[in-house]
Formats: sequence, structure tokens, C-alpha cells
Amino acid sequence: MSPVELMAEPAAAAPSPLRAAAPRRGATRRLLGSELRMVFRRRRNIALLVLLAAVPVAIGAAVKINTPRHAEDGPQFLGQVTGNGMFLVLTALTISLPLFLPLLVGVVAGDSVAGEAGSGTLRYLLTVPVTRTRVLLAKAFGVLAYAAAAVLTVGLVGLVTGGILFGLHPMTLLSGDTISLGAGLLRVAEVVAYVIASLTGFLAVGLFISTLTEVPIAAMAATVATAIIVTVLDQIPQLGSLRSLLFTHHWMGFGEILRLQVDWSMLTSWLGLQLAYVLIFCAAAWARFTTSDITS
Amino acid sequence: MTITAAGPAAVAPAGSNHEGVAAIHTHALTKRFGKHTAVDRIDLLVPAGSVYGFLGPNGSGKTTTIRMLLGLVAPNEGEVQLLGQPMPGGGKRALARVGSLIEGPAFHPYLSGRDNLRRLDACDATADPGTRDLRIAAALDRVGLRAAENKRYRQYSLGMKQRLGIAAALLQPRDLLVLDEPTNGLDPQGTREVRALVRQVAAEGMTVLISSHLLAEIEQVATHVGIMSAGRLLRQGALSDVLGAGGFVVTVHTQVPHLAATALTRLGLTDVVPDSAAGVVTARLGTVNAETVAPFLVGDGVPFTGLNVARPALEDYFVHLTGEGFHVAG
Repeated sequence: MSPVELMAEPAAAAPSPLRAAAPRRGATRRLLGSELRMVFRRRRNIALLVLLAAVPVAIGAAVKINTPRHAEDGPQFLGQVTGNGMFLVLTALTISLPLFLPLLVGVVAGDSVAGEAGSGTLRYLLTVPVTRTRVLLAKAFGVLAYAAAAVLTVGLVGLVTGGILFGLHPMTLLSGDTISLGAGLLRVAEVVAYVIASLTGFLAVGLFISTLTEVPIAAMAATVATAIIVTVLDQIPQLGSLRSLLFTHHWMGFGEILRLQVDWSMLTSWLGLQLAYVLIFCAAAWARFTTSDITS
Repeated sequence: MTITAAGPAAVAPAGSNHEGVAAIHTHALTKRFGKHTAVDRIDLLVPAGSVYGFLGPNGSGKTTTIRMLLGLVAPNEGEVQLLGQPMPGGGKRALARVGSLIEGPAFHPYLSGRDNLRRLDACDATADPGTRDLRIAAALDRVGLRAAENKRYRQYSLGMKQRLGIAAALLQPRDLLVLDEPTNGLDPQGTREVRALVRQVAAEGMTVLISSHLLAEIEQVATHVGIMSAGRLLRQGALSDVLGAGGFVVTVHTQVPHLAATALTRLGLTDVVPDSAAGVVTARLGTVNAETVAPFLVGDGVPFTGLNVARPALEDYFVHLTGEGFHVAG
């Protein structure tokens, strides 16, 4: 059958008044899959990941060439890198978390809805039709997947680079105890998972900001600026205990995972704060996006 | 005893899916942006199976109306029925049967034309992924874009972008096609192709709502028209009703206007006006079949170099309705 014949067929088939357009199996999977391709096939997003991958490589190379004599001068974990490549992951995360990671995921989160609105593709997505709630869910999924990919990039590239340059050995914990190589790798994986989870509050803020405008560059800038402002607020001691409510406050808390006895209840409560941000800002994004006029 | 005519099913032309149901029906539809009333209590009625020309100058509220029809913009007042479903609530059911081109095409610039269509189709919960590539190929064929399907959208000319937009609207079988200014950016050849496409899909039973600020373009394809000005729907109905019955005007280009005038009068045309200086005769066609004019002139031995049959320009009618030029933004 030629394509043209196929096109003509539906009209020739017995018409029924307002055929119910039944969703087909796997519709959600296809929607999410399409969103993933949109995020991960975009050159800008790939280029940002490549830049991020350069962070652990650069740190590893620098440490290899010029071993720091005073470990306490550098960022957390830097001193341990030469003894165990696994610590390169932790050092790279420590360096990426305040700036590079928020920049990367802030760009993608801010662009998520505003980008589609700005290019006008949103109106065609909504008239396909995809319900607004599903569009938002797909966007949230894409943003989360990208953030996870970014943290995993640091983790995997850091582990490989560290392994090549310094070797992977049984891990000496903050307490001085040493755990096996396998147990150490598990701790690193837990750190990566914690960092991904601790970014979710910020992602939700970015998603919400993205629903506020149809100018993607404004949404991206506002999202990244939010991360910077909150980071700065987090440095002001006068804010006292209020700081513990900022979404950046426990980003560096992944160090807790390197204790012999990990206090999971504390880590859970920190991630509970992220959950609160996610609920509040996703609800706000939903309320905004499902009621706004799409005039772009 | 009751005499029954043939049932509606027997007389309904093939493909008219919901005979008697309006494809689009609005009641007192109103949209205000701040103090500006963009759309002012309009009652739009697009009969199923019609080609509805939605006319008005730029800024008269056509696009805002179309956005409300498709659930993109919420009206301040009034109701919309789209294919029998209330909008925006019934959008999930109705929109799957509607193909649309809204205020120009919009696609991802870094994806090829084909990948853009794949993206839209993948998001369509009702689309069959098994036939996706075939349907995309058919839609691209239909708008003559197959050769450029692998080019990035960024590299497309304005006309190619417009074609891709129409292809997207035709990805699935539709009951209604909403085309907002579909010939923007197209060359004369492309404009003719769009007209042919509209006629073709209308013949398949699709209802078409086609908006334009180019009146001449609409006159050639529309069965119905609605005329917008400054947010109000001034007139709507069957094209012939709106323009007045017997509204066709014949123009004959000839060296001998008076001979031609005599012949046209004998054929039964009215208001025959010969213009010797311009070498032109104009006359109202009335009930005379347009196809008989040329053979009659030839049979009468009247030499002529051109013959044109047209409705009085819709533009003149619009000026008459509003007292303003058509291209003035409302």
C-alpha cells in the first residue's frame, strides 16, 4: 500500500459520528520517550554534559600533576584523591554542586515549558492534544532525567578518571575506619543518588518559573539566579535556623554518607525538605500552567 | 399517513460524519485582554462539511477566536462547542479529530521536518506508532515536502515551514481542519496548492475553517464566510447569501465593446456596461450559466481576448459593511 492510499483510507472507511479517540497502549511511555529524546538529542544539552564531564577529568589531572601538600587547603575530599580514585567523584561533586550543576539543570528546567512556549510548539503540543497536566509531567520527567544524567556523568567520569589515575581501593571513611572496595563503591552510588534527590527541589522551582513566561532565556536566567541567590542567603549566618529551610542548605550533606554509621533518618529529613519544595512548586506550576492562556 | 423522504443516512454525502451537527458553534464568545475586548460576543456557526472562510483584517480577533475554539485561551464569557464537545473540557475527545495551523507554523528548529512530525505523533495518545512512518510520509507527500524531509527545520524557507505545518495538521484522519492564514509566506504556486488541498480535503468530507485577511483567496474555496471586524462578527452564512444572490459579474475584454454588450444583453445578462476606452464590458450574470457566455459570444461572432466571471469583490462588501479599508488593523 502506498502512503497516499493509506492517507485516503480513513475517510473512505465507514464514518461514525465523533469516533471516540481511544488512547492506545503505551501512550505515556511514548510521550515520555519523546521528551527524553528532545532533552538528550539537543546539542546544547549534550555540550553542557560534556563540559560537566570535564570537571572530574580536570581535577584528576591537576591533582596528578601537582599533588596538594596541604590537603586542608583544597575542597573537601581533595586530599584523599591521590590515595583512592573514588574520592575524585566526591571532590568533583563538591566543586560542581554550588555552581556548575545548578547552572546546567537550571538551564534545562527553565527552558522546559518556556522553551516550547517561546518557539510556539506548545500550542501544537496542546492541540495534538496532550493535556496540560501530561505536558507538565513529561517536562518534569525530562528535567529530572537530565539532572540525573548530569550527576551520573560526574559520578561515572570521576570514577573512571580516578580509577585510571589513582586506582580504586578500599575506602577510608571519615571516622578512619576502612570498608571494602565493593562497600565503598556502594557508598559512592548512594552519594550520587542523594545528590540527584537533593536537586529535585530546585528542579521544581525551575519548572514553576518556566511556566511563568514564554521567554525561555528569561526563565533560564531567573532559575539560575534563584540558585545563586539562595546559595548566597545560605552563607549569611544572621539568618540562623531559617537557612536550614533553603533548598541548597543540605546539598553538601552527602558527606554524611561517608560515616561508618550513616544517619539515614537525618538524610531522610533533609530529602523531606526537597519533597516539600517539589510538592509546593509542582502544585504552583500545575495551577499556573493549567489555567494560563497560551498566546504564544 | 406520513410521506417520508429518504432518511438522512441515504442522502448524506459520503464522509460527512455528523450531518446536521455544527462542526463549531459558539455562543456569546468573549475575550478581553485588560481593557481591550479582542473578541466581542460572537456566535460562530460552522456547519459540518462546509469550507468556512473566516475573514477580517489583521487584529480583528480571528486568531484569538481560533485559540478559544481549540482551548488554548479561556474565554471570559460564552461557550464553545467543537465537534459537539464543550471546550476546553472536551478537548481530549474533540481535538484528536481536529488538525490545526494556528498563527503560523512552529516547530523545533534543530530537528528535521520529519523528526518534528515524529515528535508530534509520538505525543498523540491516539496515534498508532505502527503506521507512524507511513502516515508521516503521506502527509509530507501531500504538501510536497518529501524531498526536504531530512533537512533541519531551521533551514526551511517560509513556504516550506508553512507546508510542514499543514502536513502536521494532516497526520491523522480529521473531521475538522482549522487553518489560520495558511498561505502566509507561500508563493502563488504554493497558494494554488493550498487551495487545491482545501478543496480536496473538503471533498473527503472534512470541515475546513480557513482564516485569512486575503479576501480573494477565500472567495475561491469557501462555501460559507464569517466577517470579523474589531472583535465583532459582522456577518456570516453561505457565501452566496452573504454576497447576495446573482452576485456574479462577467467581464469581457474586447475590441468591440458595444457588439459584445448587445450579445450579452440578448443572452439575458443585466446591468451591461460597455467601456469603449478600456475595451471592457461588464455585466451581472444573474441566473445565466457562466459556462454559456463564451460559446454564445463566439457563436455571435464577437471577438474577445478575455473573459472573467467573478463575484463582486468581497472587499467591496467589507468596505460597505464597515466603512473602512480591509487591510486596516482593527
